[in-house]
Amino acid sequence: MSQGGTLHVSIKRKFAGGFRLDVAFRVETQPGSVLVVFGPSGSGKTTLLRCLAGLESVDSGVIQFEESVWCDTGNRLLVRPQHRNIGYVPQDYGLFPHLSVRRNIEYGISRSDRQKEAGWVDRLISVLGLQNLEQSLPGGISGGQRQRVALARALARRPKLLLLDEPLSALDAPTRASLRIELRRTLKELAVPAVLVTHDWEDTLTLGDQMVLLAGGELLQSGAPLEILTRPESLAVASVVGVETITPGRRVGRARGIAEVEIAGGRLWAADVDFQDDDVYVCIRAENVTLEIGSGTRSSARNHLPGTVSSVAAAGPLVRVTVDVGFKVQALVSRQALEDLGLDIGSPVAVSIKATAIHLVPR
Amino acid sequence: MNWDAVFTSLKLASMTSVILLVLGLPLASWLAFSRWRWKFLFESVVALPLVLPPTVLGFYVLTAMGPRSPLGYWYAELVGSPLPFTFEGLVVASVLYSLPFAVQPMAGSFAGVDRNLVEVSWTLGVSRLATFFRLILPAARNGVVAAVVLTFAHTMGEFGVVLMVGGNIQGVTRTVSIDIYDQVQELNYAAASRTSLALLVFSFAILTLVYWLNRNSSLWPSAGRR
Repeated sequence: MSQGGTLHVSIKRKFAGGFRLDVAFRVETQPGSVLVVFGPSGSGKTTLLRCLAGLESVDSGVIQFEESVWCDTGNRLLVRPQHRNIGYVPQDYGLFPHLSVRRNIEYGISRSDRQKEAGWVDRLISVLGLQNLEQSLPGGISGGQRQRVALARALARRPKLLLLDEPLSALDAPTRASLRIELRRTLKELAVPAVLVTHDWEDTLTLGDQMVLLAGGELLQSGAPLEILTRPESLAVASVVGVETITPGRRVGRARGIAEVEIAGGRLWAADVDFQDDDVYVCIRAENVTLEIGSGTRSSARNHLPGTVSSVAAAGPLVRVTVDVGFKVQALVSRQALEDLGLDIGSPVAVSIKATAIHLVPR
Repeated sequence: MNWDAVFTSLKLASMTSVILLVLGLPLASWLAFSRWRWKFLFESVVALPLVLPPTVLGFYVLTAMGPRSPLGYWYAELVGSPLPFTFEGLVVASVLYSLPFAVQPMAGSFAGVDRNLVEVSWTLGVSRLATFFRLILPAARNGVVAAVVLTFAHTMGEFGVVLMVGGNIQGVTRTVSIDIYDQVQELNYAAASRTSLALLVFSFAILTLVYWLNRNSSLWPSAGRR
């Protein structure tokens, strides 16, 4: 398996419909590290992945991974997808319907290597829990199983880089949550670096080590996922991300569907999610946060955290108020409400959040 | 029944089908996957036999095979006998005449193979040629079978081109359809009726087979494509 390397991308492509992709970044990869390409639909993230795979041409630019230059228009160099040594998983997995699960996984291994690689294929099958499905056809297995077969097939040739296009988006919510954790474990265990396209910030937090954020074919911000999600550089980034408050916490108790979570400056009650790890991110959307002044109000909300207002910013017809309660919480309130409460920077205030509006994501 | 004519027709149809299978696969895959801007010209040429009167096609083929054309002269020099009014000449004419019946179903079924799967195959290190044999051909097999069956049936029913190029030589170039024409000319309606009925039943059976093969446009309907 590869040691650390660099993925260098600097490409431009203009499409007939008017869409332009113009992206440049340089990211260090480690065995098992995941670069998340995040963006709303139409942002060009799938196109970027297809350029990496060699399935889409570029008008000008360079793509280099480790020592291999895959594309360099200045030198008229374009390596075919066959020779990039990648594992590509498209959004609908692209399993070959006429081949069994095992034949699908072995597809990319040449006939002369099948014997030699049988042990590796067996290991992939067992790591991904496909032991009893080897002879099944893709049409007869579940969505989660298909995703794992596609992953095993992409890994079977021992690629230097995995390219995953929304690997979890075709799954229903409960399967998604468990497969997300499983995917992270698999990537770490097999120690292959990956580029993962998604529009889901839960995928990003759980899976991503680094992140590039695209919108409208351009790169808006790159860096650590937590950094981008909690401290967006611009309003454009903040609106794309869609979750305003994320803070690390530790789950210390679980009862009747509610989890007790220890955070900087106190405890929270949150909707419990079924996963093993107790290290979590606490995620709160600003529109679910209510501001209160004074204590003693009776409310159904389980969480009341005292703090002080640290910033006030206009957000269209609403106002975005940041309150420091030991960590920063954002609340989205109307101008009228702000005036009625008489809040300004430095004012003492309590934030109130329903337990069910607090979302836990494994860390 | 003129069994000599039946045998000639079957032999002609079999050879035409095999030749068009071999020629049709590369031609159809090129038509299905090429992005060349002038491709439509070739598509028109391939489709031409569908609309051209068989006599027109037959006339040109006959002229091209004749000893005065360079092609015909060259063939006669090489083989020792000219092409017109021989069984070999008939095969050449049939291949041209049935070209669209082989190429169009194949090209259609190739183009219908999920592009996603083809791309995945490439990223797995499998060359374009190997992808064709390992993925596209198995996925498009119904289209290929339909192409061969249609070619066979269409050649069985050929009349105009056969008459122009092959003449009407018993045991060599007299096919079933020409035999019917002869029977009618001889006012032997009973024989013509028997032969016609046999061809009708045969054609119907072939078409039923083709439409049965294509009753589902998707080969593996439960394959989870969305």
